[in-house]
Amino acid sequence: MSTSQISRRDNFQLSMLLNDKRYRSYTFQFFALIILICIMAYLGKNLLENLAAAGLNISYSFLGEASGYDINQRLIEYNSQSTHLRAAFVGVLNTLLVAFLGCIMATIFGVTAGILRLSNNWIVAKLMMIYVEIFRNVPVLIWILIIHSVFLTILPQPKAFRGENPEASMLWDAFAFTGRGIYIPKPVFYDGSLIVIATFILSIIGVFAFRNYSRKKLYDTGQLIETRWTSVVIFFVPTLLVYFVMGNPIGLEYPELKGFNFKGGIYARGSLISLWFALSIYTGAFIAEVVRAGIQSVNQGQSEAAGALGLRSNLVMNLVILPQALRVIVPPLISFYLNITKNSSLALAVGYMDITGTLGGITLNQTGRAIEAVLLLMLFYLVISLSISAIMNVYNRSIMLKER
Amino acid sequence: MSDNRNSFVRHEMLSERAPPVGERGVLKWARENLFSSVFNTIMTIVSVWVIYSIAVGVAPWFFNGVWNAETTRECYEILDGVNGACFAVLRERFPQLIYGFTYPSSEYWRPNLATVLLLVALAPVLFRRLPKGLLVFTVIYPFLAYWLIWGGSILIPTVAFVGCFIGVACYKKFSSGAFVTAITLSLISAYLCWFLGGYLISWNDAFLSLEIVPSRDMGGFMLNLLLGTIAVSLSIPLGIALALGRQSNMPIIKWICVVFIEFIRGVPLITLLFVANVILAFFFPPETSIDLILRVIIMMTFFNSAYIAEVVRGGLAALPSGQYEAANSLGLDYSQSMRFIILPQALKISIPGIVNVSVGMLKDTTLVSIISMFDLVGMIRGPILSSTDWNGVYWELFGAAAAIFFVVCFTVSKYSQWLERQLETGKH
Repeated sequence: MSTSQISRRDNFQLSMLLNDKRYRSYTFQFFALIILICIMAYLGKNLLENLAAAGLNISYSFLGEASGYDINQRLIEYNSQSTHLRAAFVGVLNTLLVAFLGCIMATIFGVTAGILRLSNNWIVAKLMMIYVEIFRNVPVLIWILIIHSVFLTILPQPKAFRGENPEASMLWDAFAFTGRGIYIPKPVFYDGSLIVIATFILSIIGVFAFRNYSRKKLYDTGQLIETRWTSVVIFFVPTLLVYFVMGNPIGLEYPELKGFNFKGGIYARGSLISLWFALSIYTGAFIAEVVRAGIQSVNQGQSEAAGALGLRSNLVMNLVILPQALRVIVPPLISFYLNITKNSSLALAVGYMDITGTLGGITLNQTGRAIEAVLLLMLFYLVISLSISAIMNVYNRSIMLKER
Repeated sequence: MSDNRNSFVRHEMLSERAPPVGERGVLKWARENLFSSVFNTIMTIVSVWVIYSIAVGVAPWFFNGVWNAETTRECYEILDGVNGACFAVLRERFPQLIYGFTYPSSEYWRPNLATVLLLVALAPVLFRRLPKGLLVFTVIYPFLAYWLIWGGSILIPTVAFVGCFIGVACYKKFSSGAFVTAITLSLISAYLCWFLGGYLISWNDAFLSLEIVPSRDMGGFMLNLLLGTIAVSLSIPLGIALALGRQSNMPIIKWICVVFIEFIRGVPLITLLFVANVILAFFFPPETSIDLILRVIIMMTFFNSAYIAEVVRGGLAALPSGQYEAANSLGLDYSQSMRFIILPQALKISIPGIVNVSVGMLKDTTLVSIISMFDLVGMIRGPILSSTDWNGVYWELFGAAAAIFFVVCFTVSKYSQWLERQLETGKH
């Protein structure tokens, strides 16, 4: 009896595809695959029919054609005779620029607000709470538009700087904040500046080397070497010395009022500044919450134990609380960096020419190559996000290893 | 005796003396919370200065606000050089801000009623203490809301509802037997019902009919709310399914879900809206034309469901594996173990995350203004600011938009925090 049962189970029957748990998953996956292929084929067929009806085809040759439009904020050479590909590349650089600046600024805002929210100063803590709640609960697009209009209406136009008694004046004759953008001095490198820069980099390496050496000495012999002032000396003295010996090879080019506008210096358009500021202050509110949660996640006993060991409060923060809090803070922090990069596509609303504005905006409208342009756009963002999440996974694994 | 007379012994306790002035009340509180150290004192002074300068800047502007004027110029004439807001624009353009500029004004009661009923329908979902019977209304609500907002004969949503109802009933009846039979039968019966209902509708399409409002006439904050609600409610089941698919041990299913989730999460919503705007139409059969609003809803649902899937996946991963093993050892099959053991616990953990994602979705509905739909932000940037009457009234309009979103999103996030506290069980 029992042998016949066993043999019956081993004999494959068609009904087992539905009723036997071992085979059912294959059936299920098979059907899922078939359905997926059918959907894809259906969509593909529609796409081809629609394209044929509209007389279009899929071609990327438009990337090689002259773009015919100008981009006002750019990091590399570009003019209206350049190709669409180059326009897209200018856009990529602009996206990366605002994302990079935004990440730095958002971290500063977020960490400051997060720590201040835990401050035992009641009024400061409440202020920070209001900041976080107000910025978190209003769409970022509205913030971008509000801050852009603040920028346009509050800051003076360049013409206000003209005349005998100008309504507005430059800060230290070096910085001009106008409604059109911000002008800051631009460093100019003459002969010999390379040596100064090399010295500067070497002295930074020197500071780290010295700190490593003193720590090693402390661990090996117990001898404590004064590091703070020595580091400052190593950091400044050689560079300044070389700078004056070489005869001031690095100068500054100040922005100047020429006609109705400023010339010279580094010019950041109002759209870049307002987008940058809006993204950072918006994301800063989220980062503040993460930082607060991270610090609070460290057990109270940890700081008490550190205090019992006789550590001062800043050492408690640096050596005990922060290293543990960072494990909680960093993963969401990186996903907020990703959010800044993705939200920078809202540049379209203020006319900043990022990749969405060039490739997904003007190029798309001029050439009518919607499918190709949007696909390239998505590909760019996908590459960025996937590489950042790959880095994040590596980081997560590295902090997992240290756990016991 | 003499001892007694010379020495003094107190027979009753002294009443407590009040603490020194510096150690009680406002002074103590201020000393501890505002001026406990030099640094703290500086911070307090700086904060007070910040509050003061904001108040000095905003208060006159706000309180001098003009509420009755026809144009910006009239506003400035009334203000006569005084710093003040021009809130008249909000008053004059209020219907546009809320309903968009083409929604027929005689029909405003319909979206209003739909919003009130939305709260009623959501109540039993949000507050678990309410009687479960109210959930019946929640099930009916989508069909009712469709009828209220888009109009047309009530027969269309009724037939749709009856079809769904019969389909589900069929599935319930046969689900004790084979799964495939039950699904097939329920699909066939639902389809049959819709098919027959189609004749009914074409026979009498004016029965209890409201004026038809096409999708392109929707606008203002109503559009934000509409897109947000529909996308969120559709994306929760889809997100749960994606999360389960991602956890599945069937490689093909798993990879389909992983690719979908990672793709959607990797691109900004605005590119998906571009897809909805210019590309999605290419994928539908040539003779059909799908509303832009429907295409946007499809893309937003995909977008939100990918994020919800990640939240739910977190909830699934947070469950101890003993729960899965216990379900298996009880002899429950996959769907039973998910429905009775795993999902109730996993969803409970992930509800705050789902609410956060949904608030984010509601905020992101403002992005449709970039593909030139006239939602709240689109109305402000488009018809209102570019009109000659209200040129240059930025603050009042964007401030109002921010305030509306703040009220809604802040309420929802406070609810989520409250729910989090309610659901905190088994920790103590």
